[in-house]
Formats: sequence, C-alpha cells, structure tokens
Amino acid sequence: MSSPVPKSPEQSEKSKKYDRQLRLWGDHGQKLLENAKVCLINVTALGTEILKSLVLPGIGAFTIVDGEKITEQDTGSNFFLDNDSVGLSRAQVATRCLLELNPDVHGDYIDESPEHIMAHTQDFFNNFSVVIATSLPEKILLPLSKQLWEANVPLIVGRSIGFLAYLRLQIREHTVIEVHPDNEIPDLRLENPWPALREHLNNIDILKLDKKDRSHVPALVILYYYLDKFKNVYGGVPVTRSQKDVLRNLIKEGNSFNDEDDENHLEENFQEAIHYVNTCIGQSRIPSQVQALLDDERCTNLTQESSSFWVMCAALRELVQSDGALPVRGSLPDMAADTINYVALQQLYQKQAQFQAEAQLYQKQAQFQAEAVYRRASQIARSLGQSPDTITEHEVKLFCKHASELYVARGSCIAEEYQSTAFDISSYLEDPDSLMLYYAIIRGLERFISEFNTTPGQFDDQVEPDVLKLKGIIGKLLAEWGCGQAIRDERIHEVCRYGGAELHSVSAMLGGCAAHEIIKLITHQYKPLDNTFIYDAITTNSATFVL
Amino acid sequence: MGDSQDPLNKRWDHLRKILERPGPFCHPEFEPSPEILDFIMTGCKILVIGAGGLGCELLKDLALMGFKQIHVIDMDIIELSNLNRQFLFRHKDIGSSKAEVAAAFINKRIAGCQVTPHFCKIQDYDESFYRQFHIIVCGLDSIVARRWINGMLISLLNYEDGVLDQSSVIPIVDGGTEGFKGNARVILPGLSACIDCTLDLYPPQITYPLCTIANTPRLPEHCIEYVKVIQWPKENPWGIQLDGDDPQHIGWIYEKSMERALQFNITGLTYRLVQGVVKHIIPAVASTNAVIAAVCATEVFKLATSCCIPMNNYMVFNDVDGIYTYTYEAEKKDNCLACSQVPYTIPIKDPAKYKLKDLIELLCESASFQMKNPGLTTVIDGKNKTLYMSTIKSIEEKTKENLSKSLVDLGLRDNSEVMVADLTSPSTMVLKLKYLVSDVEME
Repeated sequence: MSSPVPKSPEQSEKSKKYDRQLRLWGDHGQKLLENAKVCLINVTALGTEILKSLVLPGIGAFTIVDGEKITEQDTGSNFFLDNDSVGLSRAQVATRCLLELNPDVHGDYIDESPEHIMAHTQDFFNNFSVVIATSLPEKILLPLSKQLWEANVPLIVGRSIGFLAYLRLQIREHTVIEVHPDNEIPDLRLENPWPALREHLNNIDILKLDKKDRSHVPALVILYYYLDKFKNVYGGVPVTRSQKDVLRNLIKEGNSFNDEDDENHLEENFQEAIHYVNTCIGQSRIPSQVQALLDDERCTNLTQESSSFWVMCAALRELVQSDGALPVRGSLPDMAADTINYVALQQLYQKQAQFQAEAQLYQKQAQFQAEAVYRRASQIARSLGQSPDTITEHEVKLFCKHASELYVARGSCIAEEYQSTAFDISSYLEDPDSLMLYYAIIRGLERFISEFNTTPGQFDDQVEPDVLKLKGIIGKLLAEWGCGQAIRDERIHEVCRYGGAELHSVSAMLGGCAAHEIIKLITHQYKPLDNTFIYDAITTNSATFVL
Repeated sequence: MGDSQDPLNKRWDHLRKILERPGPFCHPEFEPSPEILDFIMTGCKILVIGAGGLGCELLKDLALMGFKQIHVIDMDIIELSNLNRQFLFRHKDIGSSKAEVAAAFINKRIAGCQVTPHFCKIQDYDESFYRQFHIIVCGLDSIVARRWINGMLISLLNYEDGVLDQSSVIPIVDGGTEGFKGNARVILPGLSACIDCTLDLYPPQITYPLCTIANTPRLPEHCIEYVKVIQWPKENPWGIQLDGDDPQHIGWIYEKSMERALQFNITGLTYRLVQGVVKHIIPAVASTNAVIAAVCATEVFKLATSCCIPMNNYMVFNDVDGIYTYTYEAEKKDNCLACSQVPYTIPIKDPAKYKLKDLIELLCESASFQMKNPGLTTVIDGKNKTLYMSTIKSIEEKTKENLSKSLVDLGLRDNSEVMVADLTSPSTMVLKLKYLVSDVEME
C-alpha cells in the first residue's frame, strides 16, 4: 500500500524573504504586521532606528510627521538622512531612505510640525495601529497622550540623550493570545481525563507488561496509572510536596518491579513520569489570571464594539462553566516511548502507534472543543450585530490552544502620570543604584526644554549655569511628588554635559527595543513592556518601572 | 585638516560634546580633548568580523560613532532570507559578497568613512593581519569561528617573565543573537574571561539519538533527521552531498520525511520545519540584532576613547516578556585551555584500558573542550609522534589503528604532554596526562 505523499510545496518569494522571523511569529503574526500602519513623530536617530526595524520585517505602512529641516548635526547621528540632504525636509528624506529598505512597505510623510497637526486635524493620529513619538515636548505630548488614550491607540514615547535612554509605553488595553512562555507546562489532564482518554488509559495495565514493553510506554500512561493507585489509597490527588513525594516513590518502585538485576536504574520514561509529577499534577484547573479574564466586565458585558478576543472569551467562559476546565491544548511534549512495540514491527501499517495514539487523542479533543467554542463565538458575534466573519476558525483554534496563557495588559495614561502628585518616588530613591533617578532627570529635562526652549548644556559656556537651572527644576518636581531626597549634583551635571547630544549607538539600542515592543502590540504576541524602560549605557544596566 | 578639526563642520557635534567636555562618570584617565575624535577618525583601526545581521548594524553604528578606518571580513554571499534584517543589502545584491556590498553602502552613505571589505574566511589571514587593529568586533553565528579568533588574539599576547605586556592586548567585543535573545561581551585577552573560559554558556546542538530516529520516531524532527542522516547517504538521489540551499534537495527530504511521518502517524511536518532541521536555522529578527550590535558599538566607543569604563564584562538581553537585561562579570577560568598559559591536565583513571579514541571522544563531547576534529601529536623519547590526525587522508590511514590502542600501549606516560590541533583554535594546545594509578607497567 502506498499512500499519496504531497509534493514539496512551492515557497513564495515572501515566505523565503521573511523565513527567519516567520519562525517566531508565524504567518498569522506576519499578516497582522503587513496590515498595520504606524506613525512616527519627529525624525530623530531614535525615530528612524525604530522605523528601520519595522520596515525590514515588512510593516504595512508608515507615516512620518516632522516639520524641521535637516541640519549638519542630524547627519552625524541619523543613518537615514544622507550627506547632501542638509536643508531639506527631514520627513521627506527619512521617508525616502527608509523606503529603500523594503519594497513591500508603503511610506509617506507630512512636512508639518506635530503641533500644527494637533491644532488642525486633531484625530489624524487616531488612525494608526501605533503612534511613536520621540523627543516630543510636554505641551504636545500631554494632549496627544490623552487623545490616544481615549481612542485606545497605543502610544510609544522615547528619548535618547547622551548615554541615557528612556522608553514609555502607553496602552489602555491590549490583549495577547500567544505569550510564548520560555517554559511551557504540559497540559496532560490526568486528574480529570475526558471519557475517551480515560478509557484509553484504563486499558493499559503497566504491571501486565513485560520489561521491554514497559520501557516503551509513554510517561503520561505511567503517571496516570500510579496517580490512580495513589487516589485509591489516599482518596484524592497529591497537592503538597510530601504527597507528591509519595507518588514519586510509587512510580520509582513500579519501575524496579520484577527487575532483579538493575534496581537503581530507572527507565527514561519512568524518570519523565516522576519529572511530570511536580508540574502536571495538583495544579488548579483554571489559572487565576485566566479566571479573572473570564470574570472581567469586558467578557461578561459584551457590546457591538467588543473585540473578537472578548467575544471568544465569552464563548470560552460558557465552555468552562459546563466542563469545569479550559479546552485541552492538544499537543504533547516529546516523551521517550516506542512508536509501536518492537515485537510488532511487522504490523507497522495496521497498528496504532503508542504515543501517537495519545497524541492523537489530545489533538482530537482539542479540535472538538475548539469547534464548540467557534460555533458559540460566532453565535455571540451575530447576536451582537457583528459581521459573521469577524471571528475566524483559525483564530479560535489558536485562542483555545493558548487558553491557559491568555493575557490582557492594562496600562496607564502618560498625561495622568505627568499630572499626578501621588507618585512615591522616595521608596525607589532609597536605593542609590536605582535607575529611577534617571526618571526624575528625564522629567526635569523635559520641563527645562519647555521652559527655555533648548536642551541644557547646548553651548559649552552654558553647562555650569544650566546645571543650576536643571537642579532647581528637578528639586521642584521632587517637592511636588513629596519626595525628601535629592538627586546628586554629579548626575545632573552629567546630563547637562550631553548638551542634547544624541549618540547613535544608544539610540540604535533603544530603537531595537521599541521596534520589538511595537511588533508585540501589532501581532498580539509576547508580553509588552509594562510600562517604563530606562537604559544607562555608561554601566550597561537597565530597569523597568510601572508608572 | 581632519574632519573633526574643522570648526565649520558641525556634523560631529554630538560626539564632540561627549569627547570634549569633562564628566563625573568618565574613565579616571579620560582627558577631554578634540584629539580623541581625531584619533577615532584617523588613527583607530577597527575590524568587524561578519557582515550579516549583526555586522550590517555594527558597520552603521561604528561609522556614526565616528570611526572611519574600518575593515570588515565575511566569506558569505547575500541570500534572499538575509533581507529581513541585513539592511545594507537589496534584492539586486543577492549572490554578491556581503563584505563588499556592505562596505560600499556605508562608504557611500557616510562621507569620509573608509570601510575595507575582505571577502574571505578569517582563517585565510595570519597574525600580521590581525595585529594591525586596535579593537576587533565580532558579529558571528559560529562558535568555532569565535573560538578561532579568540585563540588568534591570545596568540598575539606578549609575556615577559610571565608578566603580560598590556600593549599586546587587542580587545574583542563580541555579540550574539538568537530570536529575541542576545548577548554582548567585552573580552580583554589574557586579562578577562575569554570565549573558551565560558564555553559552557553555549548550549550543545540538539541531536537525536540514532535509535530514536531509526526505530521509534515520535516527532516530525525525528523523521527529517532519519531521511537526512540515513536515507540520503543510502539512496543519494543526485550522487552528491546534501546541500541545504538547493531547493531540489530540500524538496526530496521533505517528500521522504512526509512519507515516513505518514507511516508512523506523525503530524506537524512542514516544509519550513524541514528547512530548519536540515540547515540548523536559527530564527532572527532585525530588532534583536539592532540592540546587540548597538551595545557592542557603544563598548567599542568606550574602549577607543576611554570616555567611560567599559562593560565588565557580559550582558544578556531578552525581550520576549517585557525588556530584560542583566550585566555581570563572567569569570576567567584558571585552567582555560585557550588563555590560562598552563597546560590543561587530564586525569586518567586506567591508562592501560583508556584508549586514544576515548581521549578524542572526551575532547569532542565534553562541554569544556567542544572540539571538532582534533589532531593529536606527542613527543616520545625526544621524537615527535603523530598519534592521530583526521584532516590529512594519508596520515589518517596510517594513524587510524592507534585509535583502539590504550594510552600505555602508545607509549604515553604519567605527565606526558599531548599537543592538540583543532579547527577551534589557530594554535596548538597542550594537554598533560595525569595517571591516577601509581604503578603502571610500561611495556
């Protein structure tokens, strides 16, 4: 018998070009990226470095807003403003140089200041997937922040000065289906197997297998078998460490059963079963953060505007209410086992393979549950008056597969942060190494720029007087926050010495970080920064603060 | 008059503020002056190894940090799958030398910058080439190449009466990325932890046991490995070695693997996975390369200008969940094979039973050696003796029988020294055998 084997598929030019990143965020992540459009306010080196790392992987479109003309200094730090472009529009030249990187990307520019646009076409910025603002003065940043907060458009704000870099992410609500955890806990369901799995597992009696066959049974079968024994004796599943030790010992003893010659030697599959005791047994059926989402008002009070994420959550909620558990993930980690017993090699084509048998059971159940959630989610969407194709089957499958890692990020508004006086910076500043001091400096710097319309230390003979001015401003800020501590003079001197200099390599570092945060927001994969990142290139240290 | 001296040229004002003004966090020996910018623009020679994902970024970053005398070396040509991150290359450049295209682009974009390309392997050059540089920056994806350049720079060190002559030290700044993770480090050969000191940081490549892929495949990867290592050599459809870049070859592997997966009821086999397994593809994105290269370039700038104390000495980066960095001091290994100046002692329990092939296996498998094809020689009674060498066919034939001889049978004694040559280093390493039994009968 020869089954037809599919011929090798033709690879599209695009999938070849983007191969190395498709392995990370998949074709579905790429599609979202290609449909996204971002806006950059101000062509700093930081700004173009961010766009560079978005244009290369193929973002749909970008728009640059900048009303300035290119100076000589600009060409000394920005790779996307060429030598002979001094005096031309920054927005225009940067757009041209960035578009050279990738013919798949659309780009345009507006040679106007962000102030002008805010004043004339206020909701212009609401039309983007993400807005990026670099070196934006406070008086525009604050209204922009408020406006985008209302519109639920993510805003990412960055500043690079000397060896110091700052990034702030403003997201009102952002939903993530795939967080891509470093260590994924296998989803085995041995405590509450669904009927087909229970029947399958009950049919295998470990003790009746000979030594060879026993060494080819997948770990989950062993674990189920001894868990059952444990339950018979103790009346429940092990939860505490010592209870789990008892189970582990049961498994260990099981392996030496009928095995005179090599008592200390544990088969690989038994070792794996022991290993799974800790992570796969005695866990709560629904992780608390997922339960919180199912109980969230956004899930229980759907409206016509509800996103597909929340509609799917509502459908999931119903499944959980009836099943008492999340849908099965449907994939198993690799387990030492035989595909089929050696003795039955000749039956290769007829006999269902061990491990593959289990793998398919999990897959089937996952498919079955995803279909149920899909049907329900489509019904809900229809009853809300949403278009029937808002939710795709593929999306629901992904959602169910990752149901245990669903994540919602809720951030804070920059304008509120800037206007708040209830900020407890003192507790951070007690640690002399805390990078929080740079936050105070950055805020002081922004006030300085607003007040004097220049960066401190712009001119050689102004460094010393500007240190005094900046010190005064930062002192006032700290007082507003009710903070008794002071920032050391040398820290303030250092930032004045920079005189607003933008070091390319510092901007490039922050630019890479910011670009990836934007990709996270667009693809709805990976957990984004929450919410302020500070990088000190002098010591190569960084810190994240929730503000 | 140099670019940096011209008062009308404001282009480098950003750098001048950093280099011409004193600051409280500068290196203690830092003396602000216009001469520093002049030095990095005219005197300071930098070598960038690799013109790929990190290399392209490094060239841009260094050129905009004021460096003008830059050399770049890369043996590879540009491929379509490079274009999602190697931003100095365009579609029309596919098939051209990475080093040459990258150098030409930088020189065109940044007036006055003189990047010199070398379209060859790092092994094609000797000490006299590497000695000319002030700092060497690596953007490599190969551990072997990293170890080789590390060994090269260690071989350039001068010791006088056991004391290191500091002027012979050429710093290495090394970066590496994989997906959303990366690392950057500063190595002062002979003074701080070198690549070989921290070999255990590199995870061994994933390999699947032969018995699994042959008898008990469970994952699609097992099916692909089977076709690659067993079926291809046996059937050899085109009578040539498997070439991961040939779509016809990958297509063949795909179809055969699919056949095998169907036989065993294994799901999840895709063309992309076949490519990944056959070519050992490491996922890569523009953003991580940008971050790591930028950190490396900042360190080069610190080392060249003394404006700040360089990083001490290893930074890890990960932006899967938020943005995480951690900087720590990797420790120099007292008995490092590459940089410690002491012969590495290998304890041997039973030299009468321990065979030469056991020693070779140890050198290849152990986390602290990770050698590729070591060639072993020794001196017995004042005469040079080749114990085994696989790289030259006629010698391999002659020395093959030594593999199954014990160390004692080969005439090696307690404290005998074995000289090892390997791809991972340009110089010969010395191993000292330490027999743990006192009364070995010598024949």
